Amino acid sequence: MALQSLDIARRSATTTPSPSVRQTTEVAKLIDVSTCIGCKACQAACMEWNDIRDPVGWNLGMYDNPVNLTENSWTVMRFSEFEENGKLEWLIRKDGCMHCADPGCLKACPAPGAIIQYANGIVDFHEENCIGCGYCITGCPFNVPRISKKDGKAYKCTLCSDRVAVGQAPACVKACPTGAIQYGSKEQMKDYAATRVKDLNERGYKNAGLYDPQGVGGTHVMYVLHHADRPQLYSGLPAEPSVSPLVGLWKGIAKPLATATMALVGIASLFHYITKGPNEVSKETEKEVEKEDAA
Amino acid sequence: MIRDPKDLKRYTAHERANHWVVGMSFILLALSGLALFHPLFWPLTNLFGGGTWTRILHPFIGVLMAFSFLALYHRFKALNEMTPTDWEWVGRVKEMVDGDDHNMPEQGKYNGGQKLLFWALAVCVLLLFVSGIPLWRAFFDPPVGLARLAAVVHAVAASVMIGLITVHVYAAIWVKGTIRAMWYGTVTRAWARQHHRAWYRQVTGK
Amino acid sequence: MTNHWVDIKNADLVFVMGGNPAEAHPCGFKWAIKAKKTRKAKLVVVDPRFNRTAAVADFYAPLRPGSDIAFLGGVINYLLANDKIHHEYVKAYTNAPFLIDEGFAFDDGIFSGYNTEKRSYGKDTWKYQLDKDGYAKVDETLESPNCVFQLLKKHYSRYTPEVVSQVCGTPKDAFLKVCEYIAETAAPNKTMTNLYALGWTEHSVGSQNIRCMAIIQQLLGNMGMAGGGINALRGHANVQGITDFALYAQVLPGYLSAPGDADPDRKTYLEKRTPKALRPGQMNFPQNFPKWFTSLCKAWWGDAANKDNDFAFDYLPKLGGASDVLSIFNAMYEGKMNGFFCQGFNPLASVANKKKVGDALAKLKYLVVIDPLATDTSEFWKPHGEFNEVDPSKVQTEVFRLPAGLFAEQTGSFTNSGRVVQWHWKAADAPGEAKDDTEILAALFLKLKEMYAKDGGAFPDPILKLTWGYRQPAKPAPEEVLMEINGKALADVVDPKDATKVLVKAGEQLPSFAMLRDDGSTTCGNWIYCGTWSQAGNNTARRDNSDPSGLGQTLNWGYAWPVNRRILYNRASADPAGKAWDPKRTVLKWLGDKWGGNDIPDMRPDAAPDQGVMPFIMNPEGVARLFSRELMAEGPFPEHYEPFETPLDKNPMHPNNPKATSNPAARVYKGDMEAFGKAKDFPYVATTYRLTEHFHYWTKHAHINAVLQPEQFVEIGEELAREKGIRNGDTVKVRSNRGFIKGIAVVTKRIRTLEVDGKKVHTVGIPIHYGFKGVTKPGFITNTLTPFVGDANTQTPEYKAFLVNIERA
Repeated sequence: MALQSLDIARRSATTTPSPSVRQTTEVAKLIDVSTCIGCKACQAACMEWNDIRDPVGWNLGMYDNPVNLTENSWTVMRFSEFEENGKLEWLIRKDGCMHCADPGCLKACPAPGAIIQYANGIVDFHEENCIGCGYCITGCPFNVPRISKKDGKAYKCTLCSDRVAVGQAPACVKACPTGAIQYGSKEQMKDYAATRVKDLNERGYKNAGLYDPQGVGGTHVMYVLHHADRPQLYSGLPAEPSVSPLVGLWKGIAKPLATATMALVGIASLFHYITKGPNEVSKETEKEVEKEDAA
Repeated sequence: MIRDPKDLKRYTAHERANHWVVGMSFILLALSGLALFHPLFWPLTNLFGGGTWTRILHPFIGVLMAFSFLALYHRFKALNEMTPTDWEWVGRVKEMVDGDDHNMPEQGKYNGGQKLLFWALAVCVLLLFVSGIPLWRAFFDPPVGLARLAAVVHAVAASVMIGLITVHVYAAIWVKGTIRAMWYGTVTRAWARQHHRAWYRQVTGK
Repeated sequence: MTNHWVDIKNADLVFVMGGNPAEAHPCGFKWAIKAKKTRKAKLVVVDPRFNRTAAVADFYAPLRPGSDIAFLGGVINYLLANDKIHHEYVKAYTNAPFLIDEGFAFDDGIFSGYNTEKRSYGKDTWKYQLDKDGYAKVDETLESPNCVFQLLKKHYSRYTPEVVSQVCGTPKDAFLKVCEYIAETAAPNKTMTNLYALGWTEHSVGSQNIRCMAIIQQLLGNMGMAGGGINALRGHANVQGITDFALYAQVLPGYLSAPGDADPDRKTYLEKRTPKALRPGQMNFPQNFPKWFTSLCKAWWGDAANKDNDFAFDYLPKLGGASDVLSIFNAMYEGKMNGFFCQGFNPLASVANKKKVGDALAKLKYLVVIDPLATDTSEFWKPHGEFNEVDPSKVQTEVFRLPAGLFAEQTGSFTNSGRVVQWHWKAADAPGEAKDDTEILAALFLKLKEMYAKDGGAFPDPILKLTWGYRQPAKPAPEEVLMEINGKALADVVDPKDATKVLVKAGEQLPSFAMLRDDGSTTCGNWIYCGTWSQAGNNTARRDNSDPSGLGQTLNWGYAWPVNRRILYNRASADPAGKAWDPKRTVLKWLGDKWGGNDIPDMRPDAAPDQGVMPFIMNPEGVARLFSRELMAEGPFPEHYEPFETPLDKNPMHPNNPKATSNPAARVYKGDMEAFGKAKDFPYVATTYRLTEHFHYWTKHAHINAVLQPEQFVEIGEELAREKGIRNGDTVKVRSNRGFIKGIAVVTKRIRTLEVDGKKVHTVGIPIHYGFKGVTKPGFITNTLTPFVGDANTQTPEYKAFLVNIERA
């Protein structure tokens, strides 16, 4: 979705600066897993605000539904049961785009302007520029983008960039009945998270903490976790996510290096030609052939 | 059209056609691949009707190249087996590059450089084909680790192949009298005698 | 709710049992989270399943479905045995010191006065000892063996932690941990709020489940306090409203007991319902019953109700028997009903024993369904594969479907669980031919009236003379209806102490039920709603959320019944001298000349503390009841009885008395006792419940909800799954003695196998919500399985504990 235009921090496949004169505050959505009841109001709100609908599916022996992110479900609740020392916990995590400060999708995207990172931290897909190659999926450390079978475009949570642009909180935040999803400046959210972590510490969760992984430069969707030491418990939230070194290689050094190498080969050939001259059949050989003919 | 009855037949029409199918598809693949590889080359997508068409067409052309290359491979693999003479030629390639080929070892239909290029291209095409499949999101949904590895392999193999083809093309331009072999299928006897004397003797019996 | 939604944030302990607010009341549950965040409150959940509420709780304890009284009885015993009670409160504000009839007894599960044949009690011994003035005798020392306090102690002394664990299957340490949490709130400045819903009501001992908590909250001194109370979470935006307006024919609007065959005239009727104070100086507010009742008759029949005809007492139908949902469908099943109007109700899906309900509907001549949706009930006659196997050629019932608007397509009021009446405005027009419910009823009424006027009939007056003063008779406006409910003065209402002082002028809307009169000079459609539309206008439409106390009282938001009071019994939030038990959360205090604070006093405003007027003004004794006298069907103290389908075949608390196995006073219809399954055939305990993704049987018609929970499933524990070879995602068949359903197995750690009375008991959890109509995957109706028996007092069916068997389908 495209709305903002003057506060673009980064644009996919673009090597020159983007419009960036407008000053905005870095925003963040904080998901407090410890107060999330898994009601899926956020899922419903996301479908409604964005006017997207998955078809009615099946029950696959779990509460998760739809069972995975799709082009029509930009957020899903993931439920996991965890038992330790006789204490059962039902860990419920709202999954969706993390809006990384260092977004793997944007890095991987070959289409100029198909992925935009705004100065406020939102990483947004502009589907009208998307070519549907799926490199964003390859680049994402959280397995978030999905390609639509219908139009071949990539979709994911926009952090309601259209709402945020006009001073509204994202739809999921607005719909969350318990206040488990909070929205504000990234600084505010970190401060608020600190109060939640303290509360959880006092309730016996010694390893409670904020999930704001620095491997991707921090994220603009953060979690308060009871077990911040083991994010994997929450349906496989990566412990130390980062843009894969392979993606880094592919979209980093490989690009200039390969381009330079290819250019060099071409230039070297040219200079070879003008310095060494063409390799023509020598007069001597031609004479020899004539001699043979005459014989 | 026969230019000179004494010219030597180097390639049959089928071989030429096969070569140019590979050649053209390679050019299209290089142009479209580069467009998706680096923003610098993005304008090349216009040649294909825009970014989305570029994304759609590239893998189909890739399949075409892979299969046509496979045919080419079968046609020429026997002729490209390396011999000790080839290795000697390769060892003295600097003289050749310097344009002083008089003392180079006598070559058959292909010299050691051409043969190595053949094998290198074969490896590149294989790698590109295999790594291209996980990148073809329209039809495949690979594990992300595989896709990432494939992306790197595809990029590296493509770059190498573009480099090799550049050398291949340049060599054809540099060595005068060569290109016609792929246009008309014939070369002059003098050309053959100078560059591929063993082949020259073989086909002329001299 | 005695308190209200926002008040939950004032609690120190949020105790959830018999409910699952995170699942079923997610919006209101925000206040529980708020209490956790801002007051460091603890959240404790006791439930057969580790549910969504438990997911955010500080502590969870499991129990077997249908064993709540054993658990809560254990809590009562713990509080008494460990002296964790609020002594001053108990002594002053409860009937602990009251002396009970010498003949009162309890023997092996049965109270004195039981009649085995009638399955009911004669309650002559369940009474206070009275002195010569008719006042109850008390023993302030609480030491008399016949005082309520000692009887209570004795009764619950049997509920030791060991017995609790044996009956409930709750591990003893988990039970004791819960007790410790609860006991902490016995301190005067600590409160526990209790959130419950259908998990307590839908049992054959439902009312007594709640009575247990009432006893606990009295012992802890938590009634009337901010952050305290007993809080029933109502399931529907306006189910409180329908309850207030005569949910059953047994009551008239405002919970006025309806006349029956035993009430031949107005005098007899009023005498029986107008109590005398049982302690000196008490307000005994129900003494105003004649004012409420007379004003209601005036609202209904206007001038046609007057002194000469006993205010039209004869116009009221006199009930011959029960009129609860089970009795209605039983009568229908027995062929005693011709027609049935089904408005906003899907009984085929929501009443117990779907087969019986379907067979009953097939015996009607006609069925009228007034609903926004094409309900399952409206197609009870239509085959829908194995989900609804029926032969339409055998059904003669004519079905009429009248499309109605949805709540958002109508203007009107909602009354929420906290008794706050809030006006809402229509958001959109209803589609197609759908009409407002009022318009449909008006059309029916006007047609009936026309027919009676033309044809006469046996007794046309109640119809012909009903007031119908709406500007458009065919379209009564919701505003007109609320004004009518509120009531107005027909003549000047004067101060009873000073007849020259006019309180309300003739023709004006009444400001409160204090103005109601029994001489026919006032009208009121529902006395507790008096004040909703006063002369100041529509008070339910007020939207000022200012909250000067910080307690969330917001007295200028909407209008809470009664008289905009937000916390009932709030006089009990102050000590006998009028000082708040917890000054930081003052609800009410004595200001020297009157009661004031942060709520409308639940007390005569000028009743000085030294007058000894006690806080529970609706009770003739002025205090809360630990001992409920003759008001409950199965006994003045709650006792554990097994569900009618028990996995144990006996009551472990009374193993040798078969009479006391299940609720001895519950009504069981002929044929239904035989339809109960036995543990040898149906070894697993089943319980039904709701999911947060759905709302009853409505949202299966809504695409988004269907996406979020598309298909019927059945939850079982890992141990049962292993025993039965059931894997996650398998289709399973669940059978009870009344039928079977199929669903997808969800195998979970959240349902534990419990050790009960020396044997393993597995629980099978079955969500409702699915059926053969709608956009969710077509499915079975869960109530195919449930038994046709209800609570002895309310007849709410026992949906929460019955027996099934399960196998892979």
